[in-house]
Amino acid sequence: MNPFTYERASDRLAAQTLGAQAGAKYLGGGTNLVDLMRETIEHPTLLVDVTGFSCAIEETGDGGLRIGAGVKNTAVAADRRVRERYPMLSEAILAGASAQIRNMATVGGNLLQRTRCGYFYDDAAHCNKRAPGTGCGAIEGFNRMHAILGASTACVATHPSDMAVALAALDALVTVEGRNGARDIPLIDFHVLPGETPQIETVLETGELITAVTLPPSLAGRSSYRKVRDRASYAFALISVAAVLEVQGGVVKEVRIALGGVAHKPWRAQAAEAALKGGPATEAAFRAAAQAELVSSRGLRDNAFKIELGQRVITDTLVKLTALQEIR
Amino acid sequence: MHFVINGNEVELDFDLRTSLLDLLRERRHLFGVKMGCNQGACGACTVLVNGARINSCLALAVQYQDCEITTIEGLGAPGKLHPLQAAFVEHDGFQCGYCTPGQICSAIGMVEELKCGVPSYVSEDVAAEGFALTDAELRERMSGNLCRCGAYNGIVDAIQDTFGTAKGEPGKREASI
Repeated sequence: MNPFTYERASDRLAAQTLGAQAGAKYLGGGTNLVDLMRETIEHPTLLVDVTGFSCAIEETGDGGLRIGAGVKNTAVAADRRVRERYPMLSEAILAGASAQIRNMATVGGNLLQRTRCGYFYDDAAHCNKRAPGTGCGAIEGFNRMHAILGASTACVATHPSDMAVALAALDALVTVEGRNGARDIPLIDFHVLPGETPQIETVLETGELITAVTLPPSLAGRSSYRKVRDRASYAFALISVAAVLEVQGGVVKEVRIALGGVAHKPWRAQAAEAALKGGPATEAAFRAAAQAELVSSRGLRDNAFKIELGQRVITDTLVKLTALQEIR
Repeated sequence: MHFVINGNEVELDFDLRTSLLDLLRERRHLFGVKMGCNQGACGACTVLVNGARINSCLALAVQYQDCEITTIEGLGAPGKLHPLQAAFVEHDGFQCGYCTPGQICSAIGMVEELKCGVPSYVSEDVAAEGFALTDAELRERMSGNLCRCGAYNGIVDAIQDTFGTAKGEPGKREASI
């Protein structure tokens, strides 16, 4: 780990002043950044601790919630308003990492954890993300965990966050502040696909600070976060599905679907949503919509199973959400 | 920098790169805190910070200045074991013992989370008022602590014996705290 200085920012403005310095990085819980510094993949010369402010969850006034970027993951999952109005967000957070890590990690830090794979961590391997222009060891290597959607010839890593997948389905907004003031970025536009520059993972500009994530009023209907992984707990997703579904009279009135474990960013399944909206809430329609979403997917040597798995998990999740509404 | 470690106020000066784990072991000689994977995967380094369990290996010590830190040494001592320590002995909740301090600190943090109404991934309804400490809940909530000896059944029994109102056979308990 390279030497660095450490400053605890007292508020947003102080943080941005410090964060504008060359070599500065914002520090949330550090569960990813500290690890990457130890691996000498990240080497900031100034750490700006931003956990001392933006630590509240507040009503927006229109039925939504504004979650401060410094709120710990556990605190979001345990918040009564989140559990009652956005249970899928609690479920997604609780599906991620371990209890210890959720106690450390912040909302802002969760969004800014690196999109990564084993080759990114292995300094003997080629990785365009760690060392741009050196190639990708994963494309021809062990790629069972890797992306099937939106990947490039430069990078096939997946974004590991569960929380962000739920936020993508909930139409959450990320509030960021920087030299040019504050702006709200839809979560689904916050992270970017790898293209030829996989080292760039978000649309954040230098020195910009995430201050909050805003949830719009919750939808009617039922929601669910479903995660499929190699062991029952504490593992990254092979596929995850965050879905909100409202069925009325056998017809899909509203549907939102986001996928995890499939791409460089949380993947909003807009093709599937378009195929479903206004149509019948049947298993056949769900499967056809899932196929429509994954028609552009591409499997590598070890991960092609994710294409069929993804279709099945989407279909089954929607079938179960429909059944819940029929019971009600 | 100022810390409260196992109830003792201490002032420490150290290289900023020092993890909380290394600070506790190397500067305070609290060797109950174990380094396993050193990357947050195994939980052997689990300590309590202001009552919440964290991985001390992933923490820079500087982040936790002015906090109250509790390690296994702050929970019990030879001759006056914490009830959960005694239960680990009673139920063979370990073989080599390397993961045990982390398991015990983690379980104590887990019980606090339950009291505060924190749900888990296996909770039927995350919006429920409270959550029973079933074996399924316990195993999910303790999944951040690995035991390479595979003493999991004894660990579950020890935690249930201490914190559950467990009735019935292991694996079939529907206990609540």
